[in-house]
Amino acid sequence: MALREGALRLNLLLNSRTFYKCNSSVGVRSLSDNVSSSAPSSAPEIAGDHLIYTQEHFALKESLRKIIDQEINPHVEQWEAEGIFPAHKVFKILGNAGFLGVNKPVEYGGLGLDYSYSVAMAEELGHIRCGGIPMAIGVQTDMTTPALARFGSAELKQEFLLPSIMGDKVACLGVSEVGAGSDVSSIMTKAVRKGDEYVINGGKMWTTNGTQADWICLLVNTSDGSPHRNKSLICVPMNLPGVQIARKIEKLGMWSSDTAEVFFDDVHVPCKNIIGQEGMGFTYQMLQFQEERLWAVANMLTMMENVIQETIQYTRQRKIFKRPVLHHQSVHFRLAELQTEVELLRALLHSATALYIKGNDVTKLASMAKLKGGRLAREVGDSCLQFWGGMGFTSDVLVSRFYRDSRLMSIGGGADEVMLGIICKYMDILPKK
Amino acid sequence: MSGRVLVGVKRVIDYAVKIRVKPDNSCVVTDGVKHSMNPFCEIAVEEAVKMKEKKLIKEVVVVSCGPQQAMETIRTALAMGADRGIHVEVTGKDYENLGPLQVSKIMAALAKKEDALLVILGKQAIDDDCNQTGQMTAALLDWPQGTFASELSMEGDKIKVVREIDGGLETVKINTPAVITADLRLNTPRYATLPNIMKAKKKKIANVKPADLGVDITSRLEVLRVDEPAQRQAGVKVETVDDLIARLKEAGRI
Repeated sequence: MALREGALRLNLLLNSRTFYKCNSSVGVRSLSDNVSSSAPSSAPEIAGDHLIYTQEHFALKESLRKIIDQEINPHVEQWEAEGIFPAHKVFKILGNAGFLGVNKPVEYGGLGLDYSYSVAMAEELGHIRCGGIPMAIGVQTDMTTPALARFGSAELKQEFLLPSIMGDKVACLGVSEVGAGSDVSSIMTKAVRKGDEYVINGGKMWTTNGTQADWICLLVNTSDGSPHRNKSLICVPMNLPGVQIARKIEKLGMWSSDTAEVFFDDVHVPCKNIIGQEGMGFTYQMLQFQEERLWAVANMLTMMENVIQETIQYTRQRKIFKRPVLHHQSVHFRLAELQTEVELLRALLHSATALYIKGNDVTKLASMAKLKGGRLAREVGDSCLQFWGGMGFTSDVLVSRFYRDSRLMSIGGGADEVMLGIICKYMDILPKK
Repeated sequence: MSGRVLVGVKRVIDYAVKIRVKPDNSCVVTDGVKHSMNPFCEIAVEEAVKMKEKKLIKEVVVVSCGPQQAMETIRTALAMGADRGIHVEVTGKDYENLGPLQVSKIMAALAKKEDALLVILGKQAIDDDCNQTGQMTAALLDWPQGTFASELSMEGDKIKVVREIDGGLETVKINTPAVITADLRLNTPRYATLPNIMKAKKKKIANVKPADLGVDITSRLEVLRVDEPAQRQAGVKVETVDDLIARLKEAGRI
């Protein structure tokens, strides 16, 4: 057992194609084939020259990568097949290592670091061999907790933020509804004030982590009025009477992430569970969109690069008409195009992040990056899948899972069309109502 | 006794990287290639940090010999819980020719200078597989050695070491001060947590040169040529045992 564990530790690989000598249980590295090998998949950046990353950022990535390689990736195939991953277990491991509170206040167990560290983390999470688990982690760290950290009362932060950062409580976000996705302002879930309680009725859709969550960050209508000023964010424990997890949704991709439809039937929650001011919920939610979108891009960048690299390795050894698939110009030229666009997206991500941590509003750049990320991921998935041929169509390879998982990026977290609308607004070309 | 443990760590090419030999067969390609701490050195650091947490020792000092980049490896050890670092600066050709004999001279000099109770090293490095530095260091210091350790326990001023040897496990009890080399099953190295990574920034790393320690690092060895192992030839399948015997006879093997 220990031998296998130790050997696993030393001989971990993302792709199982290289071979090892088994003497003295030391991982002996494999030697390259005679074809001049490509550069390593992520050229090690020199800390001094990097636009936003320092030695500490790289140390963060290295440590997180170890956790991914040892605690997450070995189980991805199983969790994808089961349609769920053990959120409490994984989040506790990440929480213990300090990765769930990177930019959260130190008083509640966070590290109080700036957003560039969150971006570094998001990039590194892209090494997880599926989209579902990074997405679930991102929901915990950057979608359910930012408003709470910024505007919640001390008592509320103690009850919900601290355990979420420690990895003891799993959070989920309740914003989208069956009838309202992109059009957030038209949600119907209502919270009516009765004494010192809110009574909540309604339902939420697309709730990532929904079947495992301990609490939900819920956006509700708390008054009748202008749709942008009548909403509030409330922390609702998921075990309250009236909270019903109606079903786990079967999806095209992101299989290891459990997505739920949740109903609220006369759920009583104390008024003190409201985050910040009543009526500010919509504004609070909008404030964190820049961070959410940059996060999604950072995550997708690494995944795209990994898929491109695996495609290179596969097509290098797979022969067609007596030479490697990679040697056909349409293949290596296309891969070069895709890698070029990945670099362009990375440049946009890093410059937006650099501006953001200095206090600038990067809504336009973040929306552009999200738009491009979703679309580029579809191109990368589609082209690389084609180059894998029949093998790409099987469930055994990363590219087919990437193809399915990445399709969500153009839809969730702000659909492409919403991004375009935002960019048009900033360009002042959106028709006035 | 100072209660101080000296841990040597080596920066090597990452275990997952495909090694390429330079076209001129002089050495392997290291530029732009991912490097990390030797896995056995990680185990050594972990053991030292654990001993400190159990209050068996007072201070963990981590040492690495090499160019500027060796500082990264020291920082990783600091993020795991080491208290301070010593960077022995060796660059260029000197670094290319640096081998176990020179490193063990440096370690011995530092062990004396730091009044170390223990020197813990990885059993071998995964780039050269030498498995010599620990043993040489002990010999230079005339200290007892517990190599290939899979279990360590302090018993007063002695150390009980369970060693992984070819025939199984051997238990020895040695006096301190001593040199230990860590084998695979000694422990499972911890992840550097993010708070510790940030704390490591403030920990001190001293900079010394081999000459400051009175060590001459000229190499007695010269690498003539580096080659990849021969490509594995395709085998041949035969249908029956008789076939096999006939083929072996043909090939002059029997």
